[in-house]
Amino acid sequence: MQGKTIAIGLAAALAAGAAHAQTKLVVVSWGGAYSASQQKAYHDPYMAMNPEIEILNDDSASEGLSKLRAMAEANNVTWDLVDMIASDAITACDEGLVLEIDFDNALASAPDGTSASEDFGDMIVSECFIPQIVYSTTFGYRTDLVKTPPTTIADVFDLEKIPGKRGLEKKPLANIEWALLADGVALEDVYDMLSTREGIDRAYAKLDTIKSEVVWWAKGAVPVQLLADGEVVIASAYNGRLFSGIEEEKQPIAMMWDWQWFDLDGWVVPKGGKNTDAVMKFLRFATDTQRLADQAKYISYGPARMSSAPLVGKHATLGIEMGPHMPTAPANSKSMLPNNIEWWADYGDEMNERFNAWLAKG
Amino acid sequence: MAAIAPGQLTTADGTPLKVSFARALRRSRLKALGLVLPLFAFLLITFLVPIGDMLFRSVENQLVGRVLHRTVAALADWDPASGELPGEPVFEALVADFVEGRENRTTGRVGVRLNYELGGMSSLFRKTGRRAKRIREAPYRAAMIAIDERWGNLDVWRLVKRESDAYTASYYLAAVDLRFTAEGSIARQEEERQIYLRLFGRTLWLSLIITTLCLLLGYPISYLMATLPVRTSNLLMIMVLLPFWTSLLVRTTCWIALLQQQGVINDLLVWTGLIGEDNRLSMIHNRTGTIIAMTHILLPFMVLPLYSVMKTIPPSYMRAARSLGANPFTAFVRVYMPNTAAGVGAGSILVFIIAIGYYITPALVGGTSGTLISNFIAHHMQVSLNWGLAAALGALLLAAVLALYVLYDKLVGIDNMRLG
Repeated sequence: MQGKTIAIGLAAALAAGAAHAQTKLVVVSWGGAYSASQQKAYHDPYMAMNPEIEILNDDSASEGLSKLRAMAEANNVTWDLVDMIASDAITACDEGLVLEIDFDNALASAPDGTSASEDFGDMIVSECFIPQIVYSTTFGYRTDLVKTPPTTIADVFDLEKIPGKRGLEKKPLANIEWALLADGVALEDVYDMLSTREGIDRAYAKLDTIKSEVVWWAKGAVPVQLLADGEVVIASAYNGRLFSGIEEEKQPIAMMWDWQWFDLDGWVVPKGGKNTDAVMKFLRFATDTQRLADQAKYISYGPARMSSAPLVGKHATLGIEMGPHMPTAPANSKSMLPNNIEWWADYGDEMNERFNAWLAKG
Repeated sequence: MAAIAPGQLTTADGTPLKVSFARALRRSRLKALGLVLPLFAFLLITFLVPIGDMLFRSVENQLVGRVLHRTVAALADWDPASGELPGEPVFEALVADFVEGRENRTTGRVGVRLNYELGGMSSLFRKTGRRAKRIREAPYRAAMIAIDERWGNLDVWRLVKRESDAYTASYYLAAVDLRFTAEGSIARQEEERQIYLRLFGRTLWLSLIITTLCLLLGYPISYLMATLPVRTSNLLMIMVLLPFWTSLLVRTTCWIALLQQQGVINDLLVWTGLIGEDNRLSMIHNRTGTIIAMTHILLPFMVLPLYSVMKTIPPSYMRAARSLGANPFTAFVRVYMPNTAAGVGAGSILVFIIAIGYYITPALVGGTSGTLISNFIAHHMQVSLNWGLAAALGALLLAAVLALYVLYDKLVGIDNMRLG
């Protein structure tokens, strides 16, 4: 590292004002509107403040975990910072692919002095994972194609009240919990129940009632497209995608927030990266209270810091208040289903097999 | 140099012709080898080694034995059938392994690995990893069971013992819907979790349908191109190749726009009154979608070999058959078609083998009934990170393709296959 600093110093001396020596940070994220929000909220400001840093975007976060493992095995880690959903980050942490973070020392405190670990609070689900945003998987429906607007999760499973096709994500995650909730199970009993054979059978019995009417989606952009095309009348989708469908593209879609699936997305720092010090400095800036609040101007995902919530303002181009569109807004978060990451790490493989076998039964 | 026997043929400088000839032959062999060496090295590095490495992962299992090395050594004389938990020394070794593994961050990986076999192991190892360093003295067994009662479960210990070998069969068992029971015998996977055999069957069946459709659609167009004047056939050829040059994703997305329930074809059918508004056809996000989109994408792979073989069949053959009294149909079936067998074989085997490993299109348009085994290989590579199972599934698929190749060779003869 020291050798490198000297080299950089030398290069800078040689360049003598012509150009700054560059440290290139490869930041892996999801691309599209999400990367754009990060670019505007913290990549651009940081590069303006630190001309010696250049941030390069890589949009392969959807393969983040598998690529990270391949890099670690090849002993050639070329990524400096990776955006991941929390459950993948925990796996990466378990596999020893990413660094542990000392929250209070590595990250900025809130403006009122609250320590970072307290400010992030419950959002800290792993010692390797710095949460950025809260996102939710919730429901959007066609206002012109349903006679009675759905209000509860039970309506999604009610073919009489809401006739027509519905879109659901093609994985068991969230769907089997929703099935039990719609069947009248209380939230605190859901995972106890899913840990038993009878509970799983009950969830699938409920899913069976709508199976013939379900269009399964796999990519985040698809459900909003299905709604826009009228292929489905109601669909689960990421709330940010629904927001852009409703507010930016003015589709006749409305949201139904009952039992929204709550999940986290954030940063991990790959072990063996070549610019760890520079990345940690960048992270301190990119995850501070103001930066997380700024990001919400460009995309309707909730900032993971408690202290950021009051700073969330208006959408940068549409000029509408973003607060009411956040999954964390009081009106939207009356009932929430947080991702039980631990449970899914244990039973995810089994649930996937069972789910796919159930799908294949036709 | 040895004396030259009288009467032996020599070259101008007096070397025996035999020696000189052998030398020249060796030189040209070396030259030929030198020419193929780069390709051979390329194949070795980019193809054979990675595939070999991937296939090796389907049986490789050194992780558990390496990370829990003390425990595994201590377990050597524990009998899983005894019905009793391992003794205090094993638990002491386990604590030591956990303390070491915590520092190297390796116990989490073992938990993930064992979780493939038994749900819950992931959280057990994570939890124990966090707390094991607090255990400093005996009794270790009681302390571990106090951390999590699952350490008192015999099945957990049988699993650790079973998976501590450097090689495992469990990935292959999982790939054919079998599993080890807790006692170590082999049994069928629970019915609700059996998927892979069904998917292998579906993959082969759909590939067969797609190959047949490609042949039925490709044969007439190839015939047309081979018999039409060059200018017209070139135009047709461009039309065949045009979709070939278009992005795969664009073509697949176009099919979605055409085939979906609110799509162009359904709109047209409803508008003409052929079907009612309530009976719109579902042609996408199911098996039909996969078949249609993949047939379209793979069609050029059938047309090109067919065309190049047909191009070489002299038109005089058909004229001769006609002049010998065959009607056009008989002449075509008895004379022309047998001559195209080489192209049919090449095209079919090409399309079939590509179809069997296809995964982007089925993932986009296959819905639930049209996804193939390759989609699950991709899932285990990218999402679940269960590379062992992905490797086992891939190895079985490779074996199936090779078996079909041998069968083809036996039935038709691989020498009869021609790409042009």
